[in-house]
Amino acid sequence: MLIPCPVCGMRDAGEYHYRGDATAERPPLAEEAAEPWVRYVYERQNPRGEHLEFWQHVHGCRQFLVVRRNTETHEVFEARLVGPFGQGE
Amino acid sequence: MAGFRLSSGGSRIDRSRPFTFTFDGSPVEAFAGDTIASALMASGRSIVARSFKYHRPRGIFSAGAEEPNALVTVGSGGEREPNVNAATRLAAPGLEVSGQNAWPSVDRDIGAVNQVFAPFFGAGFYYKTFIGPLRRSWMWYEPAIRRAAGMGSASLDPDPARYEKANVFADLLVVGAGPAGLAAALAAGRAGARVILAEAEPGPGGAIDLEEATIDGAPAAEWAAMASLELSEMANVRLMPRTHVWGYYDGGVLAALEDCGGEGETRCRHWRIEARQVILATGACERPIVFSGNDRPGVMLASAGLAYVRRYGTAPGGSIVLFCNNDEAWRQAALLAEAGVKIAAIVDPRTEVPGTLAGPIAAKGIDIILSHVVAAAKGARRVEAAVIAPVGEAARAAEAARIDRPAGEAEGESVPPASPGGVFEIAADTILVSGGHTPIINLASQAGGPPVWREEIAAFVPGEPRQDWIAAGAMTGAPTLEIAVNQGAEAGTLAANALGFNAVAKELAVQIQIQGLRTSIQDGGLLPLFEVEPVGEKPDKAFVDLQHDVTADDVRLAGREGFVEAEHLKRYTTLGMANDQGRTSAINGLAILAGERQMPIPAVGTTRFRPPLAPVPLGAIVGRERGHHMRPIRRSPLHHAHLEAGAEMMHAGLWLRPRVYAHKGEGLFAAYTREARHVRAKVGIADVSTLGKIEVAGPDAGTFLDRVYTNTFSTLPVGKARYGLMLREDGFVFDDGTAWRLAEDRYLVTTTTAKAAEVMMHMEFLLAAVWPELKTTLASVSDQYAGIAVAGPRSRALLARLVDGTPMDREAFPFMGVRQASIAGVPALIARLSFSGENAYEVYVGADCGPFLWSELLRQGADLEVAPYGLEAMGTLRIEKGHVAGPELNGRVSAHDLGLGKLLSKKKPFVGKPLALRPALSEEGRMELVGLLATDAAFRSGAHLVAGTEEAPGASEGHVTSVTYSPELRNHIGLAMLKGGRKRHGQTLFAADPIRGAHCRVEIVSPHFVDPQGERLDA
Amino acid sequence: MAEYSALRVITEGLRGNRGWKPAWRKAEPKPRYDVIVVGGGGHGLATAYYLAKNHGLRHVAVVEAGPIGLGNVGRNTTIVRSNYLLPENHDFYEWSLKLWEGLSHELNYNVMFSQRGVLNLAHSPEQMDVAAERGNAMRLAGIDADLIGRDEVAQLCPGIDLSEEARFPVAGGLIQRRAGTARHDAVAWGYAHAADRLGVDIIENAPVTDFITEGGTITGVVTPRGEIRADKVGVAVAGMTSEVMRMAGVEGLPIESHVLQAFVSEPVKPLVHCVVTYGAGHMYVSQSDKGGLVFGGSLDFYNSYARRGNLANVHDTVSELLAIFPNVARIKLLRSWGGIMDMSMDGSPIITPGPLPGLYLNCGWCYGGFKATPASGWCFAHTIARDEPHALNAGFTLSRFAEGRHIDEAGTGAVPGLH
Repeated sequence: MLIPCPVCGMRDAGEYHYRGDATAERPPLAEEAAEPWVRYVYERQNPRGEHLEFWQHVHGCRQFLVVRRNTETHEVFEARLVGPFGQGE
Repeated sequence: MAGFRLSSGGSRIDRSRPFTFTFDGSPVEAFAGDTIASALMASGRSIVARSFKYHRPRGIFSAGAEEPNALVTVGSGGEREPNVNAATRLAAPGLEVSGQNAWPSVDRDIGAVNQVFAPFFGAGFYYKTFIGPLRRSWMWYEPAIRRAAGMGSASLDPDPARYEKANVFADLLVVGAGPAGLAAALAAGRAGARVILAEAEPGPGGAIDLEEATIDGAPAAEWAAMASLELSEMANVRLMPRTHVWGYYDGGVLAALEDCGGEGETRCRHWRIEARQVILATGACERPIVFSGNDRPGVMLASAGLAYVRRYGTAPGGSIVLFCNNDEAWRQAALLAEAGVKIAAIVDPRTEVPGTLAGPIAAKGIDIILSHVVAAAKGARRVEAAVIAPVGEAARAAEAARIDRPAGEAEGESVPPASPGGVFEIAADTILVSGGHTPIINLASQAGGPPVWREEIAAFVPGEPRQDWIAAGAMTGAPTLEIAVNQGAEAGTLAANALGFNAVAKELAVQIQIQGLRTSIQDGGLLPLFEVEPVGEKPDKAFVDLQHDVTADDVRLAGREGFVEAEHLKRYTTLGMANDQGRTSAINGLAILAGERQMPIPAVGTTRFRPPLAPVPLGAIVGRERGHHMRPIRRSPLHHAHLEAGAEMMHAGLWLRPRVYAHKGEGLFAAYTREARHVRAKVGIADVSTLGKIEVAGPDAGTFLDRVYTNTFSTLPVGKARYGLMLREDGFVFDDGTAWRLAEDRYLVTTTTAKAAEVMMHMEFLLAAVWPELKTTLASVSDQYAGIAVAGPRSRALLARLVDGTPMDREAFPFMGVRQASIAGVPALIARLSFSGENAYEVYVGADCGPFLWSELLRQGADLEVAPYGLEAMGTLRIEKGHVAGPELNGRVSAHDLGLGKLLSKKKPFVGKPLALRPALSEEGRMELVGLLATDAAFRSGAHLVAGTEEAPGASEGHVTSVTYSPELRNHIGLAMLKGGRKRHGQTLFAADPIRGAHCRVEIVSPHFVDPQGERLDA
Repeated sequence: MAEYSALRVITEGLRGNRGWKPAWRKAEPKPRYDVIVVGGGGHGLATAYYLAKNHGLRHVAVVEAGPIGLGNVGRNTTIVRSNYLLPENHDFYEWSLKLWEGLSHELNYNVMFSQRGVLNLAHSPEQMDVAAERGNAMRLAGIDADLIGRDEVAQLCPGIDLSEEARFPVAGGLIQRRAGTARHDAVAWGYAHAADRLGVDIIENAPVTDFITEGGTITGVVTPRGEIRADKVGVAVAGMTSEVMRMAGVEGLPIESHVLQAFVSEPVKPLVHCVVTYGAGHMYVSQSDKGGLVFGGSLDFYNSYARRGNLANVHDTVSELLAIFPNVARIKLLRSWGGIMDMSMDGSPIITPGPLPGLYLNCGWCYGGFKATPASGWCFAHTIARDEPHALNAGFTLSRFAEGRHIDEAGTGAVPGLH
């Protein structure tokens, strides 16, 4: 499986570290109630098909990417940097 | 034995270079270029193997990767290789080849007695028996069954061979250098694409050398050689001969194995090929027709017969019956006859064949027997006769004749003398069989949709591509060379254009040379026939999967027992699961099952193909990363200093770290207790370079650390350090360490050695994805610094000698103070913090200066009696202080469990806080950190805490995490996690260690054994 | 005479094997059952069997999307053991092992449970202590375990690299001698066979496309072969859990689906005599009765519903195999495949009533589901029949995640790919 790193180019998935579901919504830092954190930490949609997920290019630029990928075909549709640099596209 | 070597011919052998090798100890003559199989065949040997289950004698069945029978063991010692395909492995001078799965030899095999019990060895018999009489009876049967199974034997010695792996990249990978693959590579290569052409065989052409044709005016084989030459001269094309592509992975990544051909140091090289476009031209494989006794030595695929003649100058036998259901085999018969091979008859179930086919055959004096099949091969150690039976109208006519007329009155030259049912025999030592061709669609299936049934070839062709590949040639069912080669050219053009090159399709003109043959045949004339019904009483077995001894009856039995899905059939009978990957058996098996179920073959379905396409040596996949080099070794910058100091090194994760610096004659115990005592009494130095080190900088660095640590760092003054605890998002303890404030906007964070990488990724994630607004940067500096702990009452005195201009006295450099100092001109970071409980410092210098600092400490501290201490003593010192480390931080503990609840700030949010505050993480009865004192004998970590005696220990209430002998307490002490432990100080329990035969009384105490008030820290 | 026995094999053999009946009927769905079990894998079939056997239910159906037994029960490395560290797991897996010991008899089907031992190698004194911690935990829970040194390792594993030149030299290991391997397909077929003979309808090629809900209660399933109603519906679909439960309106389960690869070599004569696991990485190997080395390693680490792994993992796993057995470098890899694992957030399973009325859930087996098959079926059947968990699966709740009562053997926290 290859993932196109916006910084380094097309690279093998072995260069990346999978960081999991990018759709889980992290509560704001100040949130004190356990329940929204339980949802964030434990609950997953786990779709068969298109999925947004975090991958870190650990053996490259170390940037975190949000990758849109099909979990059944392993087809990678796009990868963008997380945060402000990834928003422009 | 009479040999079958012809007096001339053999495109792959060099008759001027004869040599011998041995088979089961007997010499075998061979020529350079012979395979083991061709040499054995030339020598006249019939039996080369014994079958898996019934130990029936087996000969050579094919001339390629599809070989199901001729598996042999090659070599000896660490180089012994079982299950080698004799049909593809080249013979070499002196090669030791032996038969396998037989005793004493494949010629005379005691195991053949199994054939007597064959009726009871049907499909799945082992599921139905060996159940009783006792519950554990299988353990009694199993060893014998294991010994009986298993084909060849592996070596017990390490394989000394060198394997490599490498990466290669291309615009286009063409798999297979047969006619289609060559044409594809030419089209794309000429257009300028970077092309890799991978071919499993040593040379190009595939089966083109079995053709009699011209391509663009040149004889086919010559065309292939010229194409290969042209490709080899293109700078943008890379030819990879002897390389079989075995796996098609996601994203255009393919795995391939290069056989280095016995030249040079490397035995095999494994390739990871990344290609934007792929053309699959992996060809097709002839399949047999199943009939009774079809496993006898002497039964062989028709194309293989021709291959042995043309490539190795070896006839498949002395007298041949050819049994086929398609035109292709007729053409091969003509070529065989032309080469001087004696063919007695050609038997074909079809009622008629085109005169253009029959003419040349009849002219060679070969009997043409239409409307008949070979119903059985007869013979003991080799085929002695083919039993011929009529089919269809002919069978009915024969039946009528049998009733109407006495035997012997038959008329006509091609109608044999009548016998019961029209069955008769032809004496022959060889039966060549051709049931049509099965495309090799394995790679396409790995990267595509379900295969598609094509009725005209009675086989599956590739389904929908799910990656960027195009199939071409015989693997798509292309019936003629002309179609195959032009499909290849078109695929090459398409792929090149898809890559942005400008390729122009150019049709190749193919002329068939043998007059009249095959010019007009587009469908191969195939009359699908998979199995011949046996004739007569007690017919011999008819094998579908030769290698796994799966018979047609087994397939039918599986069907009757409900194993009617292709996947169930495979699993129940093991059909197609042997080394040959079912190349010659899969379609026949499905067809027989479909017949049993009375449904069309495609409705039965097909199993999915998985990597590898052909067996791959495990060593090749790993390459050089074996033995000592299996994983990298991490060494501290002080590694050589440790060796010089006489350290005993130990593995700690990927690291090599000093365990103890034993004096001469000193054991481990004496050494570490001495070292620990020395630190408490004088001064010791230890390597802490392996700790994770992260520089956190920027205006928001403090805010960031407040969020990732449970305690507060933004208020830490510059020049101070603080112990910090990190939680995971789920509220459990992640890691601990210290953070040093070097400047208003700069911290140095240390982590445990084990968690260094994880903590870095955790921080990076939070900054990138959660709080991108924080103006903070992270840099891993773990490898940039060498770190040395200087610990003990004399540590201050020692360091004071080294530093230039930094006041070291107690007040000027207080506990938890951090200083940027200079040691003999080397910039250093010094923090006054202590893992040992003594007044101590951690000194960091640039990694390259580490050895200098180490030697300076030893040199300048000689009169202070400075001595290095290792991991064991470090453990002793931290256990004496009740500091937690890896064994306690096991991923299941909460801050509460470790007695660190007070570090969870109430004033600010931090990662993991809301979930850490869930009641379950601090409720009564959790496992809590305690100290243990031995009250009689030494106990060990890994023991469990119980209330009862050795005989009746009761349930585990906790376990011992760390143990040491404490020189300070002159006793064995330990840390443990104990249910409700903090309220149990003073209780006596047992450290139960049944697995090591110990049961010791221990007292539960506070984990702070030495200097609980921390007075020594600030001495 | 028992349907399957040596005598029957002989008599049938003499009669040309004409008398064998299908191992299980190809049942047509009836309109209504007491219980429908969704999922014809090992756990689903075992559940159906025990519903009929232990709880006397006469109207039980197993509904399977394809042919039975082709999910993880047919794609694993066949290891059976109860060598767990945590008390929540001890009794459950030990009961499973006890059921394995009598399973061939129980089912009248030879599942070839081979108690050849499972050996976990340790590569340092520290790892030996960790092995002792686990072994002592097992012993105190009444489970067999032994700590063995290098000499016995050498005896059990001829060809193993015990040299100091090894990257992670072997120090010894923990062995559970009653553990071992079983013939995975036979477990599915055996349960199917035995359940069928107790009247369970095994309905193949009937993918559930929806659930039938009445007033918030699950009352049946919809399949291309028609609507099938039941008082209770149990779901045991492993890697497909999230997708199937979504049809019932249940989202956000603590499950991720990941692909795990497994490998088998060409067959060789007996070479590896017990199951061996590598302690300096993650790799397990045994030798099948047919002679192939069966081995596997870690997940590919990303969410996946493809039964297909990637190449980097192949390399990592094989390198760990050769680290232990440098003598098998010339042995050839014959097949590889992938299975979809229902990775839970703490590495432990869920067997529970709910989360909707009429619905029961069995999932989260990560890659340890095969060994659990008998006990999982036993406990899930109990949970369905009695509407409450069995004592053995009392800890395997769905609520434990929210509460923070993880059963986390690996100690890696809520990162499913790491368990």
